[in-house]
Amino acid sequence: MTALSLFSPRRYGYRVNAVAVVASMFILFWGVMALFGTSLAPYPPGKVVDFDFFGPISADFWLGSDYLGRDIFSRILMGASYTVGISLGAVCLACFTGVVLGMTAAVTGGWFDVALSRFLDALSSIPSKLFGLVMVAAIGSSTPVLILLLAVIYTPGSYRFARALAVNINTMDFVTVARARGEGTFYLITQEILPNITGPVLADMGLRFVFIVLLLSGLSFLGLGVQPPYADWGSLVRENIGALAFGAPAVIAPCIAIASLTISVNLLIDNLPQKIRDRSA
Amino acid sequence: MNTQILTLVLGRLGVAFITLLIVSFVVFGATEMLPGDIVEILLGQAATPEAIAGLRSAMHLDDPSLVRYGRWILGLLQGDLGTSYANDLPIAEMIGDRLSNTLRLAAVTSAVAVPLALVLGITTAMFRGSIYDRIVTTGVVSVISVPEFMIATLAVLVFAVWLDWLPALSFANEATSWGEMFRVFAMPVITLCGVITAQMIRMTRAAVIDTLKMPYVEMALLKGASRWRMVMRHALPNALGPIVNAIALSLSYLLGGVIIVETIFNYPGIAKLMVDAVATRDLPLIQSCAMVFCIGYLTLITLADILAIVANPRLRK
Amino acid sequence: MANLVEIRDLKVRAKSDSGRRIDIIKGVSFDVSEGEVVALIGESGSGKTTIALTLMGHTRPGCTITGGEVWLDGQDLVQLTESQRQHLRGTDVAYVPQSAAAAFNPSQRLIDQVVEVSQIHRLMPRAAARARAVELFRALALPHPETIGERYPHQVSGGQLQRLAAAMALIGDPKLMIFDEPTTALDVTTQIEVLRAFKSVMKQGGMAGVYVSHDLAVVAQVADRIVVLKDGEIQEVGTTDDIIHRPQHPYTRELIAAFEPVSHAAAAAPQDAPEHPVLEVRNVIAGYGRSDSSGRPVVLALNDVSCTLQRGQNLGVIGESGSGKSTLARAIAGLLPPVDGEILMDGRALPREVRHRTKEDLRRMQIVFQLADTALNPLRPVGDILGRPLTFFHGQRGKERDRRVEELLEMVQLPRALRHRLPVELSGGQKQRVNLARAIAANPEVILCDEITSALDTVVAAAILDLLKELQRELELSYVFISHDLSTVQAICDEVMVMYGGETVETLPASALPDGATQDYSRLLFASVPKLDTGWLDGLDLAGSAA
Repeated sequence: MTALSLFSPRRYGYRVNAVAVVASMFILFWGVMALFGTSLAPYPPGKVVDFDFFGPISADFWLGSDYLGRDIFSRILMGASYTVGISLGAVCLACFTGVVLGMTAAVTGGWFDVALSRFLDALSSIPSKLFGLVMVAAIGSSTPVLILLLAVIYTPGSYRFARALAVNINTMDFVTVARARGEGTFYLITQEILPNITGPVLADMGLRFVFIVLLLSGLSFLGLGVQPPYADWGSLVRENIGALAFGAPAVIAPCIAIASLTISVNLLIDNLPQKIRDRSA
Repeated sequence: MNTQILTLVLGRLGVAFITLLIVSFVVFGATEMLPGDIVEILLGQAATPEAIAGLRSAMHLDDPSLVRYGRWILGLLQGDLGTSYANDLPIAEMIGDRLSNTLRLAAVTSAVAVPLALVLGITTAMFRGSIYDRIVTTGVVSVISVPEFMIATLAVLVFAVWLDWLPALSFANEATSWGEMFRVFAMPVITLCGVITAQMIRMTRAAVIDTLKMPYVEMALLKGASRWRMVMRHALPNALGPIVNAIALSLSYLLGGVIIVETIFNYPGIAKLMVDAVATRDLPLIQSCAMVFCIGYLTLITLADILAIVANPRLRK
Repeated sequence: MANLVEIRDLKVRAKSDSGRRIDIIKGVSFDVSEGEVVALIGESGSGKTTIALTLMGHTRPGCTITGGEVWLDGQDLVQLTESQRQHLRGTDVAYVPQSAAAAFNPSQRLIDQVVEVSQIHRLMPRAAARARAVELFRALALPHPETIGERYPHQVSGGQLQRLAAAMALIGDPKLMIFDEPTTALDVTTQIEVLRAFKSVMKQGGMAGVYVSHDLAVVAQVADRIVVLKDGEIQEVGTTDDIIHRPQHPYTRELIAAFEPVSHAAAAAPQDAPEHPVLEVRNVIAGYGRSDSSGRPVVLALNDVSCTLQRGQNLGVIGESGSGKSTLARAIAGLLPPVDGEILMDGRALPREVRHRTKEDLRRMQIVFQLADTALNPLRPVGDILGRPLTFFHGQRGKERDRRVEELLEMVQLPRALRHRLPVELSGGQKQRVNLARAIAANPEVILCDEITSALDTVVAAAILDLLKELQRELELSYVFISHDLSTVQAICDEVMVMYGGETVETLPASALPDGATQDYSRLLFASVPKLDTGWLDGLDLAGSAA
């Protein structure tokens, strides 16, 4: 069973929702920009092209210019690949680890489950921003470190979610039948449990993606995320915070970029059919 | 209180304690990974091999990590937070003032956010699907979908730049009169409230909606109860546990929000202290601040769990 | 108006999750006159509860009344405003729910909930309401009528809660009482007490009632007239006597026929008696939770249980909820390893835990569960579900496997094309057949059937029993048949073991049922099974049965 067929409308016979379509288009747009943004940008993102700093919106500079006179639009396109890329990498890593561990814990039970749950619960009781702060202070900031760090921070949540779903499925009679047949743990996890939690897990992954984008932006805003000369959307806000006093687009535009991505993901998930969101119920 | 509740509560406290130990281990371990030799950084130009060796042994840096961890924990338990590397002040002293500033900010925020969120959360659940519900829910989704600094940025744009009502920066220790206090607190509180209230409304609404689906609420309807009575007498008392839980969990978002808010508004709280400590790599200060945060967070989560246990009618005798 | 209730051409429409609109009540009309009890009988999905709720002017979320009239005492509930309906609920018409356990607010004392109707409608002062409640508790034969109201819902038993729910409905002196399957969730021995209590208060009050149920025998005890429903339409209306003894409509006949007890023709005695029984359980002790110092689990579910199953025969295990009958199946299958005792197959002791048993041991014994819905992985097509044991036990793949899947479907009398379907697309009976086919795929010798017909409608259940017998003839199977229902056990088993509280009460040959019972509990259990006879409850003598 592939993820794709889960979402195919024919299978469940639901109507396509207008909000979901608009949200998907935004997400698609940023996805494409994350891949090809830098080559589509009108100016090189690092080049000073405007004599004015914090310039207004104009025909030459669609979203004005930044504190050095660089083109904001080009820089936002560059930021897309950092914000989307790092977040996507982290969320995939976090959910993969969380789901695999969660299902294993649910099926195995016993001390493995107890110890892992206790440890990951403890990890999640460190506020995420604080954890990020301490870790970045400790090991510095680079793209691989950020991906790994964000993945570590969001693994416990994903684990807890997947485990709860898997525990529910695990009590179902069809799993008991498979167990009575003598099937091994690997079969139980991949064939009986995983297909039944795919929908909710994907929805959860979307929500977690939003959290990660927010945390990454927050860290970058504090100067602990993506380091100059590169910049994600959070760093763009930080760089241009001085523009706040003039209400210039340099600071507003990256904010809007973040919001358009995160709100779209949230709206898309909220408008998915109930059946996909919580099959466990 | 009966023994069953007592056992559960004690169990929860035990879990909290173990969690705190694991957390302290992680915090200590993370700061251990700081690159570069702290002694060389401290001594700067005067870093002769002898001086380095002397300072290392004076700071017990040559002991194994576990020994130093043990010493650190024992110190914490006795209230000895150590000395700052950066300015040689006792950390307890540095934290004291800053902590009270942050707590004041948190208290004002909670005082505004909790009642607001309760009213909005419960009423949106009652009138689920109405225009009112949809407007509030959309607002809530928008707020929790954006980073805290964006809320702060918007607040500054609106209240300081466009309306020119409030200052963009705040200094709590300069506030002398009530009027000034208000001006100082307004912007951070508005930002934090935006973040916390949205979280709280979302969770409260979900908790009440869940309870409204219970068969005993339908039974109340079939007894001829009004909508008001169904909510007040049957749904709310049973949603109490989840609601309290939601409030406590949302308040724990304060801790995350406060880091951004104190930085952006230059508010002299403990979060700002910690962000600065990260910049100067002041190891003991980072450790202490981190532990203060974790303890605060853990207290809220544990409190939420305990209140949920106490509010469970099935455990009542 | 002559009739208290007149329903005319009622139509109700429901909106499904995917947004499709389905008519669930398609033009139903019937009357209830003063003091009369009318039963709505039908299987799941027949719309009986929906109709009953319209009498309260209520439809569940997602449902709307799209046409027709519901007249109650001269007022059309469909036309009334919500506040006018509120005014009627609890005073003119009251409701007794299926699951009282869920219908009581867990955070309020029982008495407060029982008298709530009188407070909402300002019927009488609080003290008077409490006195009236105590009176009702006494009339309903509740223990400690003076003080039981001070408890919380989780502190009283299911049967007591059901009677308390009746008290809650009666306090407003309604003209019409609606009973929505009020005894379905109860054990038979409890059901009797509750039915009796209901019947006596209804008779005393002389009020009218609508009794919703799927159980003809229960309805026969309380109703004056019966309305038979199927798929939101009335099939037949008649007096209880007529419906039971002279059913006209084919569907009613089918219902009645499914109820007739079928005695099991004892299996032919084995040709050459084998040395060992195919399955033997010796002094098994099992339970849940950690073991205490003496090695016994904290919650003991099976205490020293022994039984034997001869090859080609069927062993019935009967008991009420909490008797340990399902735990026995799990212990035999190794899913809940016993802490003591032995499970032998052909005289050879099996390892207690499923993961220590050999594939061959596992193949020879299969288990089938009660709820076909949860027993089939909702995301795998039927062909995959049946194919897995074929690959697992017999290494079959590809064409060979497909052919065998088709054979299996044929054996359980399902069309071959079904193998491409998902479980959600099947009916309850079809799912249970697939469930059986999966067990047969292993070529087992013993099948443990855990309440496999309990969740099915009577007609479907009867067909499954026939199938089980046919399969037994063809495949030389032996069944352990676990059930709470005497007639199903009687229909298929050679020997019956009665269980109570985790222990064996006695084991009887099926031919001796139900009169051959020697123990008090078995006698009570057998006598408590309702009979399709209007006079059964009144004529019943259960001296000393007050449990």
